[in-house]
This record gives sequence, C-alpha cells and structure tokens, in this order.
Amino acid sequence: MPNNSIITHSLRSAIGVFSDPVFYKVDKDVIAQFARAIGDCNPIYTDESHARSSRHGRIIAPPTFLRSMEPPLPGETYSISYPEVFDGGSKWEYFEFVGEGDTVSVSTKIIDLKERKGSLGPMLFIIRETIYINQMNKKVALQRSTYIYYQTES
Amino acid sequence: MMTSQLYFEDVEAGDSLGPLRKDPTTRQLVMYAGVSGDFNEIHYDQEYARIHGLSNIILHGALKNAFLAQMLTDWMGDDGEIKILSVQYRAPDEPGSPVYCKGLVKTKDVVGEEHLINCDIWLENASGDITTPATVTVSLPSRTNSSTAF
Repeated sequence: MPNNSIITHSLRSAIGVFSDPVFYKVDKDVIAQFARAIGDCNPIYTDESHARSSRHGRIIAPPTFLRSMEPPLPGETYSISYPEVFDGGSKWEYFEFVGEGDTVSVSTKIIDLKERKGSLGPMLFIIRETIYINQMNKKVALQRSTYIYYQTES
Repeated sequence: MMTSQLYFEDVEAGDSLGPLRKDPTTRQLVMYAGVSGDFNEIHYDQEYARIHGLSNIILHGALKNAFLAQMLTDWMGDDGEIKILSVQYRAPDEPGSPVYCKGLVKTKDVVGEEHLINCDIWLENASGDITTPATVTVSLPSRTNSSTAF
C-alpha cells in the first residue's frame, strides 16, 4: 500500500523547533490602527489621559493585537503540496497586558501534524504554538493555532 | 464608549454576554489585512475566492476572534482580564451581512486570589447559525477586597 503522506522530512523535523525570535515595537499608533481596523472604539486603546488614569497606566492593545505579529504560515517555510489553507482556530493564553512602549519577541514551533480525510478531501492539520515575550523577559501570551491544508476539489 | 466595571459578585451562571453586533464590510477586511499582514486574497478578491471554491469573499478567522474579544472587554470593563480564549472557525462568514457575538456564563471559580468566570461564547450569522464557537476564562475584580485586588 503506497504511503500517501505529504509530510516531508523537513516538515517533520521542524516539530518542536522554535523559530528565531522576531521583535516588534508596540506604539500607540499601531495600537490605534489595529483598534480602528477591528472597529473597537474603546478609549483604553486610543485616549492617553483615559488610559493613564486606568489600572494599566498606559495605552494597552486589544487582546488579539498580537496577530499583527503573526509568523509566516507553515506553507511559506516548508514545502506543502496541498495549495489551499484555512485558519482552523486559535487558543490564546494571556499572562501580561501588551501596551505602548513594549517590545515583543515572537517565536513559533510546530507541535503536531495530522493527516485526515474529510469533507474537503485529504487534509493536513498543522498545529503550532507561538510564544510572545516582552522586553522585561516576561511571557505575555501563548497562541496555539491550527492551520488546515487541503486541495480544492475541481 | 465608556464601559462600567464588572465585579465577580455581579455575575451568575446563566448570565448572557452581548449581543455585540458587527457589520463587516469588504473595506474592513482590507483594513484588517493591512494591520494583520494576512493578505490572502480570499478576504477581498471575489474572483480569487471563487476560483478557490468559495461563493464569496470571507472574513479572516482572526477578525472574528477580535470581535469576540471586543464583546468580552466591553462586558468586563478595563479591570477584567481574559486568561484563556479558545476559538474555532467552523464556518465562513461573509462581509455585507451582520454577525452577532453572544455568550453565556457557565461557571464561577476562585483559584487562589483569582476570581474566574468561564463562559461559552460564539459568533452567529444573520441566519442564527453559529459559525465560530469559543470558550473563555476571564478574571474579574472582586468586591471582597477593599482595594482593587485581583
């Protein structure tokens, strides 16, 4: 029985290996742009005097702001022969707030690969964990995300 | 938009969250592509979406995640914290149609000094179908402390 797995040696070897960290500076302009894009007009994201008098003492970022630092998709780093990809979902764990003045380092590793046959035909699920660390070397968040690679039925 | 602060004691199992109505447009998906770096054409190029098996362009899953997070921060107030937020993108949503963020408080828990609330939350489309089921644990301040301790 031929092996129909599309998981390359390179992809399988990547499991558990963190990417080199990429650093992002967080300032109030990028926070304001993100808040505008998602349509959230909470003043904690844009109003300096409101934010300074809050518990945070500064402008903070919306919870999913860290998506603006998303590492490249697995398919951009490894050869995956299924051309289509869906974002299957994310699990966020939050430890610290992110806000104006922070520098966040972002690193990701694949933690699981699963091949399945389903309604979309043969699929490859790639689960990865991304870790976000601030300039005080504190972990601010973890994101576990699932990407589903598949072929279009034509 | 100013929200009041929610305290642990104000919440009961069975309480509703939302609804928060969002009206995503193609323009919003372009803006979100710009701030997120997700420029996949399925979110703004109709022809591309159709070639790739979709009947219409669709929302970024992460934008739906952001909508749900907004419902939570609106509900909690500035002193609340999201601890764990887990979302699944089960079905696509399209711009040009409203989506509704909703939720239900399931359980309350005190773990050490943390006052935690566990909720089921979700995004519904205009037909009432749940496209994006999710679960969340948040931490709220408690009135039992004289200062704002969490």
